[in-house]
Amino acid sequence: MSTTNWKLWEVFLRSKNGLSHKHVGSLHAPDSNMAIKNARDVYTRRSEGISIWVVPSEEITASSPDEKEALFTPSDDKVYRHPTFYDIPDDVQHM
Amino acid sequence: MGTNVSLEDKFQSYVDAEKKVEPKNWMPEKYRRTLIRQISQHAHSEIIGMQPEANWITRAPSLRAKLILLAKVQDEAGHGLYLYSSAETLGEPRDKMIADLQSGKAKYSSIFNYPTPSWADMGTIGWLVDGAAIQNQVMLTRTSYGPYARAMVKICKEESFHQRQGYEVVMKLTQGTPEQIEMAQESLNRWWWPSLMMFGPSDDNSPNSEQSMLWKIKRKSNDTLRQEFVDKTVPQAEYLGLTIPDKDLVWNESRGHYDFGDINWDEFYQVVKGNGPCNKERIAHHVKAHEDGAWVREAANAFAEKQAKRKNKEASAA
Repeated sequence: MSTTNWKLWEVFLRSKNGLSHKHVGSLHAPDSNMAIKNARDVYTRRSEGISIWVVPSEEITASSPDEKEALFTPSDDKVYRHPTFYDIPDDVQHM
Repeated sequence: MGTNVSLEDKFQSYVDAEKKVEPKNWMPEKYRRTLIRQISQHAHSEIIGMQPEANWITRAPSLRAKLILLAKVQDEAGHGLYLYSSAETLGEPRDKMIADLQSGKAKYSSIFNYPTPSWADMGTIGWLVDGAAIQNQVMLTRTSYGPYARAMVKICKEESFHQRQGYEVVMKLTQGTPEQIEMAQESLNRWWWPSLMMFGPSDDNSPNSEQSMLWKIKRKSNDTLRQEFVDKTVPQAEYLGLTIPDKDLVWNESRGHYDFGDINWDEFYQVVKGNGPCNKERIAHHVKAHEDGAWVREAANAFAEKQAKRKNKEASAA
């Protein structure tokens, strides 16, 4: 049967204009057009979206959980990047 | 100084901290295998579960009933697909899951091996079978594996429609002629016990449950879920004026729960082993539908190839 190699596609939906597309799941399809059609049937049966993106899963490069520390901890000790780091008297308004 | 913490211990404390496991995180091989078994079994149940109800699409009693039934069966297909894709994130290929279903290696919920000879069954299935499934699935929205939990959230939202439409079908029958009331009662009589069996063996006969609870794949035991289901369902049956076919069913004031009779576990294991009324028919139909659909998949491939070639040609001409 020739379906064994149907690509896996990741599906992203925009629920309404003004919001970003959000990952909702994946599906198999022979090409991008069919992936959109399948995504419409599988992921938008109840008006969940007004726009669909499909991306071949193999085209996504993900960071590794092992690199988590190296990638993300450097920002943990930079508290001065947050507004709450600064002591401003309550009398000062609109700040 | 516990410097020698094993990966398993680390994983356990990670799960204990109520953090979700995502596909690229390290996980014990047994955790992965357990999830693949459970999620694919769940997906197969959704797909096989289309058959008993599809039986009534062509003879639904009204256009309204037919539209609802079509939408419900289509949802079951969707639920199967969310679940297959979530199992695939664990590295299990889709084709292997389908092959295991068709060879009988993989199981699906035994409830779908019972026949649907009456229209009332469309109501009872939605009310009881989907009701029991919801009981289990609401718990699974908090399962420790991220992709499974997310699929469950989506499924639970849609299942609520399934249960309500089922209850409505039964309610209409119970408001009808004596024959219609009898239909509803007869259907309840057939589905009640198999619905209770859906929660699986009792806790003292469920060897995998303990580990699943420890890993937070499951949050409640089979017997706890079954009791919750009984407690919710009895008043719903009373409202309809139907009698639950269990002479031992009685409210237990001191426990704050309904007591109910013994489940026929011999029947349960017989159906699991493949000796239920419809096991062979269900798999044979799945194989046939898969084979009958081969030409559609081939056509889709041919079309995709043609489109790709055309695109390449245009690109090189430009």
